Amino acid sequence: MPLFRNIASMIALLPMIVISLTVFVGCIIYSFVYSLTNSKLIPVYNYIGFDQYERLFKQRKWDVAVENIFIYGFVFTIGCLIIGFLLAVLIDQKIRGESLFRTIFLYPYAMSFVVTGLVWKWVLNPTFGLENSMHMWGFGWFELDWLVNRDLAIYAVCIAAVWQGAGFVMVLMLAGLRGIDEDIWKSLSIEGVAKWKSYIFVILPMLRPMVVTAIVLIAAGVVKVYDLILTLTSGGPGYATTTPALYVMENFFKRADLGQAFAASIIMFISVVCILAPWAFYEFYLRNKYATN
Amino acid sequence: MSTTPAGPRPKFLTIGRIGMYCFILVCAIFFLMPLYVMVITSLKDMDEIRAANILNLPKELSFYSWPKAWSQACTGFVCEGLKPGFINSIKITVPSVIVSVGLSAINGYALAFWRFKGAYFFFGLCMFGAFIPYQVMVYPLLKIEDALGIYSTLPGIILVHTIFGMPILTLIFRNFYVSLPIDLFKAARIDGGNFIKIFLYVIIPMSAPITIVAVILQVTGIWNDFLLGLVFAGRDNQPMTVQLNNIVQVDYGVAEYNVDMSATILTSLVPLFVYFISGRWFVRGIAAGAIKG
Repeated sequence: MPLFRNIASMIALLPMIVISLTVFVGCIIYSFVYSLTNSKLIPVYNYIGFDQYERLFKQRKWDVAVENIFIYGFVFTIGCLIIGFLLAVLIDQKIRGESLFRTIFLYPYAMSFVVTGLVWKWVLNPTFGLENSMHMWGFGWFELDWLVNRDLAIYAVCIAAVWQGAGFVMVLMLAGLRGIDEDIWKSLSIEGVAKWKSYIFVILPMLRPMVVTAIVLIAAGVVKVYDLILTLTSGGPGYATTTPALYVMENFFKRADLGQAFAASIIMFISVVCILAPWAFYEFYLRNKYATN
Repeated sequence: MSTTPAGPRPKFLTIGRIGMYCFILVCAIFFLMPLYVMVITSLKDMDEIRAANILNLPKELSFYSWPKAWSQACTGFVCEGLKPGFINSIKITVPSVIVSVGLSAINGYALAFWRFKGAYFFFGLCMFGAFIPYQVMVYPLLKIEDALGIYSTLPGIILVHTIFGMPILTLIFRNFYVSLPIDLFKAARIDGGNFIKIFLYVIIPMSAPITIVAVILQVTGIWNDFLLGLVFAGRDNQPMTVQLNNIVQVDYGVAEYNVDMSATILTSLVPLFVYFISGRWFVRGIAAGAIKG
């Protein structure tokens, strides 16, 4: 077999190869190298070891950012999974207006995070928003001051995010439910298993690949969250809803503290790898190894 | 995947089914409420917004905010409304979609039919790029574009969208092409087709469905992008999402919530239009992007 049998294919894939190497791999190496320097406004190679990381872990703001990303990641992922799964199950019950409901539950997913953030910012506005509505209806005790409350603001972000993302999980789950063999349902009903029990104990485990895919995709998106928080709370009140992504961008473009930003971005990268590695290993390595193409 | 559950619709309403419908309705209200608030707020004047319940229908329809949001609202010192952003978003989205879909189709084709040694290594590298947080790559990529002299220009942002769209699109195209009957390709080879001819005359004519899915995915994705537009587009090419955020967040003087909401609706019109028109295709895009083949 001649070495260059697929020369045309190689040329065609050249852009992909170049981009993968320079952008995806190159940028990480670049970021890592300069995270070991004390670059401020411009990147200069002035090696200082892991001082930037040490400094990073001492920042109160970084602690808050990490804590927030855990809260957000947990509430958002669980919220999306539960609501998405419930909606998929309900829509699968031969209900009337199925496609209408599906459309309603999925449309937020077509909107941008910027729009999502701004809409919820208005809905949750402490003066004119829903709190005011409830007061006008005579529920004077009702409080919904989440956006100006340091402890609750991050949950406002979670609500907006779940509103946007639950439909996505619903679509994945629904695809899974529709793929379940009719015979399984028949045998379950012959056995007399209650419907909710069958869903939780039989069907849900069968949807495991869907659930895993959904979790991985959501989790990978969690680390990136930026637009939503920027528009909804701008990281505030104070820096109560800041996240690693905001921290990085702030140090890059506002505070001109490049070394610190690089260090924080490398930590972000490592955490994504930790989430993805086990799944990618299973998905791409084990499965390709034992499956034929 | 069939679109409707099998079996007849249950005839009698049981307590359980009534409860189910109630739950679905509550969910539908939750999902629709922000859209409803957005629309009615944009149709009220500021006096009414200040005085009345956010959920009440407008007493008098006011169309004041729409033209203002479109062509007069201020972003900092410039008061041209969202119109320039709309034009910029089109100028960014159209070429980005064409370039990224075209390139990824060729990638997928080469990977599916013309595998050479190492091709899948680079494909894996490229897929890995889909999960790297943007924050890790933004600054080094900015430096690369700066060196190429295209930072803050239209070609610069188009290149960025092409790069970040490539992994998922290449995957979608590859999966689609792998699912085509290989005999077709073999027959074309025997007839003397080469890399380019087979692509042009055999593959492209069969690629319509997957191309629609890819285009929908990219149009909504690029239109909704905020971060990349903010960093790479430059002051003259700011996309609509960035201008929307500027209009809403940088409010000198009195905040005009009706104008904000009109601007928000205007920004989400394109993706919503795509979503409502394409419905099923949009769902297929999600499934194609999420479920690995």
